[in-house]
Amino acid sequence: MKPPGSWRHETVLAAVVVALMVGIGLVNPAFWTLANFFDLLKASVVTGILALGVLIVLISGGIDISFTAIAAFAMYVTCWISVSLGGEGSVLLGLLLAVGMGTGLGLINACFIGGLRLPTLIVTLGTAGVFHGFLLAFIGTEIINTLPPAYVRFSRWQGFRQTLSGGETIGLSVTVLALVAAAVIVGVLLRRTVLGRSIYALGGNPEAAHRIGIRVARVQFLIYGLVGGLAGLAGLIHAVMMRNANPSDLVGTELNVLAAAVLGGASIFGGRGSVAGTLLGVWLIVVLNNSLILLGVPSYWQRVWVGATIVVSTAISARRRSS
Amino acid sequence: MAAGLESPSIPVPEGASPGTPFAALHGLSKRFGGVQALDDVSLQLRAGEIRCLAGENGCGKSTLIKLLSGVLRPDAGRIEIDGDSHERLRPIQAIRLGIQVIYQDFALFPNLSVAENLTLPGLVEQRRFWVNRRSLRPAAAEALANLGVELPLDTTVGGLPVAGQQLVAIARALRQRARLLVLDEPTTALTHKEVEVLLGVLRRLREAGVAILFVSHKTREVLDLADSVSVLRNGRLVAGGAGSDFTPGSLAEALTGRSVGGLSPSPRADLQESDRAGPRIEVSDFSVPGGCSGIHLQVRAGEIVGLAGLLGAGRTALVQGLFGLNPQARGRVRVDGREVTPDSPEAAIGAGLAYVPEDRLSEGLFLNQSIERNIVVSTLRSLRGRWRMLKPAGVRSAAEAGVRQTGVRTQTVTQPVSTLSGGNQQKVLLARWLATGARVLILNRPTAGVDIGAREEIHARLRAFAADGLAILLISDELPELASLSHRVLVMHRGRVAVELEGNAVEEGNLALELDGLA
Repeated sequence: MKPPGSWRHETVLAAVVVALMVGIGLVNPAFWTLANFFDLLKASVVTGILALGVLIVLISGGIDISFTAIAAFAMYVTCWISVSLGGEGSVLLGLLLAVGMGTGLGLINACFIGGLRLPTLIVTLGTAGVFHGFLLAFIGTEIINTLPPAYVRFSRWQGFRQTLSGGETIGLSVTVLALVAAAVIVGVLLRRTVLGRSIYALGGNPEAAHRIGIRVARVQFLIYGLVGGLAGLAGLIHAVMMRNANPSDLVGTELNVLAAAVLGGASIFGGRGSVAGTLLGVWLIVVLNNSLILLGVPSYWQRVWVGATIVVSTAISARRRSS
Repeated sequence: MAAGLESPSIPVPEGASPGTPFAALHGLSKRFGGVQALDDVSLQLRAGEIRCLAGENGCGKSTLIKLLSGVLRPDAGRIEIDGDSHERLRPIQAIRLGIQVIYQDFALFPNLSVAENLTLPGLVEQRRFWVNRRSLRPAAAEALANLGVELPLDTTVGGLPVAGQQLVAIARALRQRARLLVLDEPTTALTHKEVEVLLGVLRRLREAGVAILFVSHKTREVLDLADSVSVLRNGRLVAGGAGSDFTPGSLAEALTGRSVGGLSPSPRADLQESDRAGPRIEVSDFSVPGGCSGIHLQVRAGEIVGLAGLLGAGRTALVQGLFGLNPQARGRVRVDGREVTPDSPEAAIGAGLAYVPEDRLSEGLFLNQSIERNIVVSTLRSLRGRWRMLKPAGVRSAAEAGVRQTGVRTQTVTQPVSTLSGGNQQKVLLARWLATGARVLILNRPTAGVDIGAREEIHARLRAFAADGLAILLISDELPELASLSHRVLVMHRGRVAVELEGNAVEEGNLALELDGLA
């Protein structure tokens, strides 16, 4: 038996998640139903995709505050264009547009960070305001309530459909596939490519990364472009799920997403973090939020619980690391 | 860690036949603002030759290395590699040409495994896209075997001791088909035994036809190792020649530009009989979990007691425990007969202890703050006047007194500590602790990274402080320093005092013997 101190962060986190799920199930059997799990998975999609982007930035030793603004921007502009074009609309085209727009905005961050070598926190704090302000000031503040029919059909598209004994039909939203795809791509990138290992190297020792010939600025362009692209993807999926596009959505949730990544073992000092850990972190937060509703905890108290979980788990992992 | 040094096979780099010039620097100059960091420096580096670049801190050594590795571009001059002239090298180009620098911080990735640290640079250089991390292990193992060292491949580098990290850095450089290996002050953080291992590795690399530029200000190592020597002072080459052309004295003189009064250490001050009364500090059955255990020691007023040992022998753990930096420390500590419980630095300072830590930059000094603030920070309480406000005049005069007492070379006490040389920074730290009225001064490697001139001066000050009645406990890896300063030396091993040397037995040869016996 290995001593607990040497267990991987992901293992500990998984144990906590399982214990939590068992506990909630004992109090409220409604938790362990297929319908609830489908709901939980669907609720993890947007936060999950955003957290994967944040994970990459955190590993590289940076921090990004602007990704929710990018997501909102890409979401709203894509929906606005799709609606203006009229007709059926195309989800694939919308996704390409949103991802492209997100990537473009991410590259603006990269120009300041990789090109001018400005601190990532300050740059993204600034661009977050610029992107969101620009959206509200020049593009629109009104909620787009009627999305193209193709979007609406997509939002209803489910796998594993089945009819429960009560006559209710449940299924798993197809948007979960977007999270799976994003997780696989980010996971392969981080673990199996030289670029991914260079991102870890950059987070571990930026000066040394430069010295062994890693083109730091180029890597940073890729990182922030990718984060922007993932944010665009998350944004559009959010709109599809909500069946409307609200330019004030998403912005303000960036700390939750950061918290999920940090909960999953990503270090805010760079160089550490994994896709598995991040997904567990997201899952933990989603389960916690959802089950508190099931347990009848008032919504203000939910924030207290989630906040406390983040502080406690980070403290535990910090202690484990120092010992 | 360095077992089996006998018969490793070091891959001979292509095109390396001993004696052929690999690189030549022609008239390199570099200016930073108002400072001429490097002024018209030319030198040659040959395959199979160890050239030592000797110079004190701030002489331009680092600038020269950065020009050679392409990190900086020269204002004037050019670098010739294999006969091709370059006005400026880019880092990746320098690597491709076979120039590898082992920086003082090793430029490793603490969060990655040993195997990845060894192999990632090659993958980056070859512009590879995919990486199979398992397949990296054999290549990494081979790189270490070539050096004749064994290290765990899957451990993250941040978890290795300093000497292990350095070997990883060297193994990595060789994997990159290094034809010129530049080592920047490679022995600063190593113990005697580890230095010997390193010098052995370098000699074998020389046999294999690698050109080596060994940057150091330690005359002993330079003379021990060098085929040829270049001495840099204030950015200019002031002396050069074959290693055998220099004596310790002539090299030291070239380094400092003044006669250092021979290298023979000044004799220890004899302890006065009257000082032998009672111990200033008496430690009994002192233990720090995971650090040291069952330590008994006493230091009398006026006495300097050296602590020798290998890295990880528990010396730092012991003194940190005494200074209240480890709440798990247990044992009895008496200062001037009074029982003290060092459970915090505040309590230790109150009891008359002072501790000058090993890493003055990160643990000791507030680099961006003024000399004045750095000196008075430990005595702010006593400098308060009416309304408990600080009196600027009192602060100033206290700081100036400290500067005078320790001989900090500076115009004003208001300039930031970061503008001082390493030796003068160390004196600022000493001044801070003397201001507390300490009776026991604990020093951890006080002259690491300090040049010869300043070192002699610090030694003289320490002797004077002891003569004034201070008890001094000194951790050092520099055997000459221990031998010339200490009245007694305790050799620690695995957390315990293994040997105690006293009187005439405190001598370099004996210390080296004792330390080698432990490994």
